[in-house]
Amino acid sequence: MEKFTVYRGIVAPLDRANVDTDQIIAKQFLKSIKRTGFGEHLFFDWRYLSNGKPDPAFPLNDPRLAKASILVARNNFGCGSSREHAVWAIQQYGFHVVIASWEMRNGAKVPAFADIFRNNAMKNSLLAIELSSEEVEQIFSLARVKPGLEATVDLLRQTVTFYANHEVSFHFEVDPAEKVKLIQGLDDIGLTLKEEVAIRSFEAKHNAQKYY
Amino acid sequence: MSKTLFDKIWDAHVVKVLEDGTTILYVDRHLIHEVTSPQAFEGLRLTNRKVHRPELTFATMDHNVPTIDRLNIKDPVSKAQIDALSENCREFGIRLFDLKSENQGIVHIIGPELGITLPGLTMVCGDSHTSTHGAFGAFALGIGTSEVEHVLATQCLPQKRPKTFKVEFTGHPKSHVTAKDFVLKLIGLIGTAGGTGYVLEYCGSVIRSLSMEGRMTVCNMSIEAGARAGLVAPDEITFEYINQEARPFAPKGKNYEEALHYWKSLPSDVGAKYDRELVIDTAQIAPQVTWGTSPGMVMDVTARIPSPDQVPGYSPVDVTHALEYMGLKPGTPITDIQVDTVFIGSCTNARIEDLRIVSRVLKGKKISKRVKVLIVPGSQHVRAQAEREGLDQIFKSAGCEWRESGCSMCLGMNPDQLKPGERCASTSNRNFEGRQGKGGRTHLVSPEMAAACAVTGHFVDIREWEF
Repeated sequence: MEKFTVYRGIVAPLDRANVDTDQIIAKQFLKSIKRTGFGEHLFFDWRYLSNGKPDPAFPLNDPRLAKASILVARNNFGCGSSREHAVWAIQQYGFHVVIASWEMRNGAKVPAFADIFRNNAMKNSLLAIELSSEEVEQIFSLARVKPGLEATVDLLRQTVTFYANHEVSFHFEVDPAEKVKLIQGLDDIGLTLKEEVAIRSFEAKHNAQKYY
Repeated sequence: MSKTLFDKIWDAHVVKVLEDGTTILYVDRHLIHEVTSPQAFEGLRLTNRKVHRPELTFATMDHNVPTIDRLNIKDPVSKAQIDALSENCREFGIRLFDLKSENQGIVHIIGPELGITLPGLTMVCGDSHTSTHGAFGAFALGIGTSEVEHVLATQCLPQKRPKTFKVEFTGHPKSHVTAKDFVLKLIGLIGTAGGTGYVLEYCGSVIRSLSMEGRMTVCNMSIEAGARAGLVAPDEITFEYINQEARPFAPKGKNYEEALHYWKSLPSDVGAKYDRELVIDTAQIAPQVTWGTSPGMVMDVTARIPSPDQVPGYSPVDVTHALEYMGLKPGTPITDIQVDTVFIGSCTNARIEDLRIVSRVLKGKKISKRVKVLIVPGSQHVRAQAEREGLDQIFKSAGCEWRESGCSMCLGMNPDQLKPGERCASTSNRNFEGRQGKGGRTHLVSPEMAAACAVTGHFVDIREWEF
């Protein structure tokens, strides 16, 4: 796993909720048996018109965002299919961070990210940051005024700072265990394999039961 | 202390709780398919790791599979992916049900069918619809490819304990209102992220009287409500389904008796606490039809297409996008919407019971001349059973195409896809933009609703339909 500490880049606003993984990477690109080559197909149906030309209305096609590396969207980002190809596509396009918004609806929290996507992102050191819908609204406003807006994400301090006419900074939450893994770039499978003794002793008891 | 069904399964599978709070959870069964596994095997090769317990992993091919002339895969990239799975299974010693196997089918259909899926197990698969297996009282969740590699290498998965959400279906549903309508209604109520972070436990008299097929349909779409897993407590209906000759991997004889004793201890204890609870009166549920590009954009068949500002849980911008994509205008009655294609299939609704219901609607009728109808059985066993019962003859006489098993038009990785602008009544699980083909317009419905739509060419209220 790659290490993540501090990162500065250009912000790409994608003002949509429920961005599903079918949309992030369409089915026709899932046939590869490799882990690479997905970036060019990111958001394919939104990026390209039916004549194959880039859709000028789609934010990522704005030349000022050509080098964007921090994606900002609304709630429930990455819903739907479990395809990890969605995370690979986002990273291989050039994004290091995805920011999405959570909100309260009828007394329940609508999370920023879908569970499987969030896990997949973590496994690949793609930082998935949850901010409130008010904060994300503010980011969209800043990006409207200043296309090509830059931001710094500091995982150690858990802050993201936007460089508009003035600096705007937000704090974000991160699971302490995940933070350590990201900062140290730990190999998840290696960590579990260290528990081999525990696994073997669990199996000895567990396998004795006929119903497992 | 009173425990929920989920608590019991979780607690029985904790290998170790690490200092940072992560639980290393043991995985009893791992299902794999051709799309999300190749990079996991590649990872094992790169790190020189072995599969920890190959006998607990089961493989099949379903996503890419053609449903006509299945052994002749014309797309070389699809074929390479299928071949890679065969090669990986051979190299790592994993049991594979390939295209020549009578056991092949959609991974979530064959697990239960072969007795791989059992109560009290933990199960994973690199596919979000793994939630299906929860219908047996197994904790089953969809995972990504890195996690597939993790499970292959360790038979464990590091997890954070999810919260629990009890969904109780009560009352007497109207006839022809089915499991699909219950779960679509639930998604409409709590939204597509309403279950995120939770395991949903479905209970209540309505769930108790559902067949295993119906329970699987409900659990299958838990992920469309954001929940990685759904659960139904096992009961006599579950045990009867499992205790059949045709389930080669289910315990038999003395082992079955021992297992049965354990399974009967699984249902949630009286007074067990859930983090969230919801009661839904099924008497109030009408047949459901999705009208937008998210499974939560769903209405009663008797309703009209909403205006952008009338949809709870979706912003006017999102609704406007969805209506534009779907080519629909506010105020249009759902029953006025005409379709070009009807797809009956997928891990949601392609089991034998689904096909029997469809055959009852189609018997002695012809499909609308305007409509193309694909009926894709969930597995080769379902296909063979349907043919033994003569259902295929009913389908063919009505003018439907009777195909071989696979995921097919649910996600269109094989040649079965919608063309831009084509509208489809589909028994599958996702109505996302482009899901069934670029520019394709999907309306999710129950098998009965889809079959009636095939005959009339537009949506009808199945409750008023005579068959």
